[in-house]
Amino acid sequence: MSHWIIVPILLPALMAPILLMSARHDIVLARVFSVASCVALLALAISLLQTAAGGDVLTYELGNWPAPFGIVLVLDRLSALMLVLTAGLALAVLLYALDGADRQGRHFHALYQFQLMGINGAFLTGDFFNLFVFFEVLLIASYGLMVHGGGPARVKAGVQYVIVNLVGSTLFLMAVAMIYSVTGTLNMADLALRVPEVAAHDQALLHTGALLLLLVFAVKAALVPVHFWLPGTYANAPAPVAALFAIMTKVGAYCIVRLYILAFGAGAGESAWLAAPWLLPVALVTLVLGMVGVLAARRLGQLASFAVIGSMGTLLTAVALFTPQSLAAALYYLLHSTLAGAVLFLIADLVARRRPGQADGLSVAPRFRQASLLGGAFFLAAIAATGMPPLSGFIGKLLILEAARPHAAVLWIWALILSTSLIAIVGFGRAGSTLFWKSAGESGHFPLEGARDSLAHVAVGLLLTGSVALTVFAGPVSRYLDATASQVFRTDHYIAAVLRTHSPPAGEIE
Amino acid sequence: MEFLLASTVGLMTAAGVYLILRARTFPVVLGLSLLSYATNVFLFASGRLAIDMPPVISATAQGYTDPLPQALVLTAIVISFGMTAVIVVMALRSYLESGSDHVDGVPDRVAHENLESVPGILEDSR
Repeated sequence: MSHWIIVPILLPALMAPILLMSARHDIVLARVFSVASCVALLALAISLLQTAAGGDVLTYELGNWPAPFGIVLVLDRLSALMLVLTAGLALAVLLYALDGADRQGRHFHALYQFQLMGINGAFLTGDFFNLFVFFEVLLIASYGLMVHGGGPARVKAGVQYVIVNLVGSTLFLMAVAMIYSVTGTLNMADLALRVPEVAAHDQALLHTGALLLLLVFAVKAALVPVHFWLPGTYANAPAPVAALFAIMTKVGAYCIVRLYILAFGAGAGESAWLAAPWLLPVALVTLVLGMVGVLAARRLGQLASFAVIGSMGTLLTAVALFTPQSLAAALYYLLHSTLAGAVLFLIADLVARRRPGQADGLSVAPRFRQASLLGGAFFLAAIAATGMPPLSGFIGKLLILEAARPHAAVLWIWALILSTSLIAIVGFGRAGSTLFWKSAGESGHFPLEGARDSLAHVAVGLLLTGSVALTVFAGPVSRYLDATASQVFRTDHYIAAVLRTHSPPAGEIE
Repeated sequence: MEFLLASTVGLMTAAGVYLILRARTFPVVLGLSLLSYATNVFLFASGRLAIDMPPVISATAQGYTDPLPQALVLTAIVISFGMTAVIVVMALRSYLESGSDHVDGVPDRVAHENLESVPGILEDSR
């Protein structure tokens, strides 16, 4: 049993109180500790990824209590991948925050570490009550980060965000109670064994619980009709926080992938593929709504928020097909859309800072500082986000379209993904030309002096480089993702590793 | 006892849902509290209802009640208590910063005009 598995949770959990108690008056010290923690997390996540790439499902039993009696942490290819994505995103976004955003309010760095603790915990845990606890950790930290810096609009959006998520937490507990009352377990692997054995008269309760849980994850993943909190929250949150929140919607998607393949997947008897008939239509509607929102947005921040909703629609469309091939495509799109979504929020904030009075509104206004640099960055980010060649969004969508071919609803999926891509291109094109091209002809200009924001540009550059790297190394990445997807679908391996029973011989899966 | 417990959970949930749909933050906070009480009782009941049974091993016990939901309820109570404090502070902050205690949207103008007939109340709300 390797103790390294718990370190991605422990490191930020220990770093946050240190930041809170020892470094609260010294911003330089706080920044040094915070960056050091993020770098260490990234290094750790990459080494865990290399460990997990071997194909074994590794477990860590807290307090050495064997599952299902104790809580287990599980490291497989999927959770290691999510850890790397979280750590990479967190480091780039933290660099952006160092340019001043972290000084607008108090305790930014401590809350940031708690947020990372919650996210890492949610990706590692193998127990769904523990998942609830980590959800709460990441939500509580996000409440603090969301209102960081204050201001009437931000606090108001923060109150709405907290209310929506408190209702979500209530539903989560209700769902946990229902599932526990019929299966008598909280361990996901044990749940997978007990679901097919649930008596016929308890099936309704089990299905209600499981679908309530799906609703909770849908709230996190911003699926229609429970997406309404996202635009207000993301557009009003401080830019680095909104960029970090790009991973939070993916936590919802990760939980859907994990639980509904493991416990309600092929081996679940009467509950097999419980989520599939609900998820696909909802994901397609989300996709349409998100991309139409991109077209209707009047601020760059709003546009980025709706682009995130649209990308969640695309991602969960692929997830909802529930085949190894579609899951691999979905994971590729997940990596890509996290980076693309985050960079859009950062660019929106850089534009807003340079246009006092206009902020990031999509209006024709005089030229502003570093317009061509930001315009170039926006151009790249827009290409990636809309899924045009040659960047990673194109490859992601291509993989999803290819994976959807054998499915019965292929016509719907192809038609909606392709037509919404066109809508998104028009939306992004209009926004970019209004902000960066039409402004060139206007007389006068915004203040051309000011901070150079060099670290912020480094952060934007890093995220864009990530997208380019996903494109260049698409071959190795998708090979890893294929292996990841097939591992996720080999639920017998996961269950055997967690419950420490003997693994059935290969090829026995139906 | 089953009927009493089920109707309590149902009543609290219904009242909670009604209250969180109200426009102002105070009823919404009350609604969230009611919902969390309902959840706690519901969670407790998921271990089945048993009277006078010990949750931990004892030599004289006739039977046992499920200890796990009790532990879950403790966690849930702590979290919902803390979250109620957070939402109260944020609602107050929002009221003080924006001058309105509405969760979303702006106060209704017609209702505001009606308030003018009540002496002293507009001064308070400003």
